[in-house]
Parts: sequence; structure tokens; C-alpha cells
Amino acid sequence: MKARRTCVLLFLGTVFCVAWPAPSPAQKPPTIAAAANLNFALNEMADAFARARGTRVELVFGASGTLTRQIRDGAPFELFLAADEEFPNQLTAAGLTRDAGAVYAVGRLVVFAPRGSPLTVDERLEGLARLAKAGGVSRFAIANPEVAPYGKAAEAVLRKRGIWDTIRPRLVLGDTIAQAGQFATTGNAVGGLIAYSLVLAPDFGDRGTYAVIPDADYPPLRQRMVLLKRASPTATRFYEYVLSDAARAIFRKHGYAVPQ
Amino acid sequence: MDWSALRVSLWLGAGTIIVLLPFGIWFGRVLAHRHFRGKLLVETLVTVPLVLPPTVLGFYLLVTFGARSPLGQAFQAVVGQPLPFSFEGLLFASAIANIPFVVQPIQRGFEAIPPDVRDAAACCGLSPWQRFLRIELPLAWPSVLTAAILTFAHTLGEFGVVLMVGGNLPGETRTLSVAIYDRMQAFDDRSAGIMAATLLVVATVTLMATTMLSRQVGSRRA
Repeated sequence: MKARRTCVLLFLGTVFCVAWPAPSPAQKPPTIAAAANLNFALNEMADAFARARGTRVELVFGASGTLTRQIRDGAPFELFLAADEEFPNQLTAAGLTRDAGAVYAVGRLVVFAPRGSPLTVDERLEGLARLAKAGGVSRFAIANPEVAPYGKAAEAVLRKRGIWDTIRPRLVLGDTIAQAGQFATTGNAVGGLIAYSLVLAPDFGDRGTYAVIPDADYPPLRQRMVLLKRASPTATRFYEYVLSDAARAIFRKHGYAVPQ
Repeated sequence: MDWSALRVSLWLGAGTIIVLLPFGIWFGRVLAHRHFRGKLLVETLVTVPLVLPPTVLGFYLLVTFGARSPLGQAFQAVVGQPLPFSFEGLLFASAIANIPFVVQPIQRGFEAIPPDVRDAAACCGLSPWQRFLRIELPLAWPSVLTAAILTFAHTLGEFGVVLMVGGNLPGETRTLSVAIYDRMQAFDDRSAGIMAATLLVVATVTLMATTMLSRQVGSRRA
């Protein structure tokens, strides 16, 4: 009899969730795809936009490469904020965007070491080079250079400093720069090359030490955004808002450089 | 706690049961009672989603129904939106992934009914439908329930396919398991923890329910 009661409860549960309105795409705020490094800056911007204009936007974060692929496969995004220029340009070439879009921010890279790590951070990566030569690097986190522009920049930095070949077998690759950040802060990585915007995020807290990598050490992470063909007026307004002075101030606060 | 993600998850679980159960009862019964050439192959194909990495399913769905494929374009022309990156697409993927979880327990349930019982029912002059509804289904009922519960639980835990085919759209394809991943990436460990605990409780309760059901069946037989 007990089992029967369980069945009844399970059925009631099913009925309850059927009674709860089903997910429906109707009357939803526009969905915006954004590179993972924007997680914090863009959430703040979306809140500010909602306060100023009274309309909300939904944000979906992922690797620029993954999001590009999803847009080509028909994902219903209206605006795409990438971590580089290459991916949005691909979409423009494929005829999926309204125009070529605009560069809205320039990303920066930091070398990060979690608390208790043997790695000492400095902007020329001398500490990392020493540790790698001594065989003291258990794991080092970067984003996957193939799908994440920040990963490509990290590879460029490591090559320039001559550490790439030594450290390569020790790399853990995050799908996105956010996942690389996750790997760099938890687990047994001695550190990682991650976005400046991550270490400045409020939720990031005091997890370790970092040093900003000089801009000259890697090709600039010029981040471009494009409106997709299906973009609604709200998405277009948000696009304009991202280029406004208020938005620029938010970008600067989160560690980005802003184009003139 | 992301309530819209919980809603999507529960809906996906319930939807998969609704879509799959009638098929599972029909097909499980066919596999239990009939013998035909190629049955081994059919039984293997039914089990394949159990061992297949979810990424394989995701890959084929995207290649087949993506906006760049002819089939995907035809689907979009008829329905107005592509199948991937929608709740319906997720439901479709989830139904395929759950076929073994539905068919196998139900097949075992029908197999466990002694042939004498079915023969007796036929001798009493019951029509095939009456035999099915009054004799076989009530006897196999615990297995049907087990299938439903397993499907529900498995759907809540589905991650790979959901991320690939669904694309993490809030309120539509962002399920609880994807939301946990999403929150982790935002360094929001607290929300991720709450949602992880929710799923842990749901999984435990589900397994307890199935165990109790199978015990009930066992004691009935003894």
C-alpha cells in the first residue's frame, strides 16, 4: 500500500508541473548571445538598461565559436556580442547579420594564481617560465584557442614568452574563458591566463593574485557585436545602449579598454 | 534557485513521459510476445541510446535539423522555427535518448505475465483489447510506472544533449542541470549548490520510489 501512496504522490507531482504554465517562446524579451568574458559587465549593463528603458533582455553566455555555430544552425538570438572580430565577421559574410556591427570593447588578459599556488605572478610571466622550467606546473588553465578568442590570445602570450612548448602538456583547456577561470581557481591548477573582467567580478572575491598582461604581448582582443537579421527594436536599442557613455563606463570598470 | 529552469526541467520530464509511454507500452508488449526475424537487431537498436554518448545524438540532430540542412530548412518553412534551440527540439531529443528507459522495463513487465493467464483470458472470450486493458496492463502496471519514473529522472539529469541541441535559452531550453553549469561559470557557487542539492534530492526520491515498486512486484509474485 505504501508503494501505491508513492505512485499517487508522483502522479500529483506530474499533474502539478503540467498545471504550471509550459515554456513558451511568445512575448519573451529578446535573447542576446554573448561571449563568456562578458558575464559580469553585461549583466550590470542589462540591469542599467532595464532601469533606463523599462525593457529587459535575456542574456546567454558561451564561447564565441560555439555561439557562432548555434546562430548558423538557427538559434533564435537577436544580438551577438563576440570576444573577437573573426566570428561576427563570419556571420556577416554568411549574410546572417544586419550589417558589419561595431567594436564595443577591447578585452584584457591577466595571469592569475589562486591562493596557496607556487606560482608568483608578474606581467612578463617570468615566474611562470621559472616554475615551468623547474617542472613545478601541475596544471595551467587557458581557454580553448580553437573556440575562444581569449584562448588564442593566451597562446600568443605563452609563445611570445617562449613557454608554450614547455607548458603545452600541462594545459587544461576551458570551453570558455569563464570555464578556464573556474579551472584556474579550483582544482589543482597553479593558475591560468584569464580575462581581466573575471578577476574584477564581485562574485570572484579574493581568490588569489593576478597581474595584467601588457597589451603589446598579444593581438588586441577587439570585441565586435552584430545585430542578427531577426533583431527586434528592443535588441536594436540595447545595441545602441552598449555603445553609449553609460555602458562605456561599465566596461572600463570591468577591466576593458573602450575604443574611441 | 532558477525557477524557470526548474519549470523547464519538470516540463521536459513530464513531456517525455507523455510522448514516450504509449509508444513504450505498445513496443514493449510487441517485443515481449512476438518473435520475428531481426528481433535481436531491433532490441539492440532500442538499447543503443543507453550507451551512446549524448554528444553523438546532439551531433546528428544538429546536422539533420539545423538551419543549414535541407530537412531543417523544410521544417522551418512549415513550423516557422527550427527544431534545435526550442523546447520542442529538446523534447524530441529527450524522447530518443529515453527509449531504452521506457521500452526495457515494460518489455520485462509483459514478459513476466505467465502465458497461462493470457490463454485463460482468451478462453474466457475476452477480445484482444479487453485482454490488454483488463488483464495484461494491470499486471504489467508496476513496470510501466518504473519506466515513467526512470524516464523522468533521466530527463532531469540530461546534460550533453540539452546543451548541444537546446543552447541554454532561459525559460525555454535552460534546464536545471544546464543552469548549474551556467551558474558555476559565473562563479555563483551558492545558486549552483542549491540547484545541485535539489537535483540530488529528486534523484534519491525517484530511485527510492522505483525500488519500492519493484519490491512490491516481487512480494506479489511470492
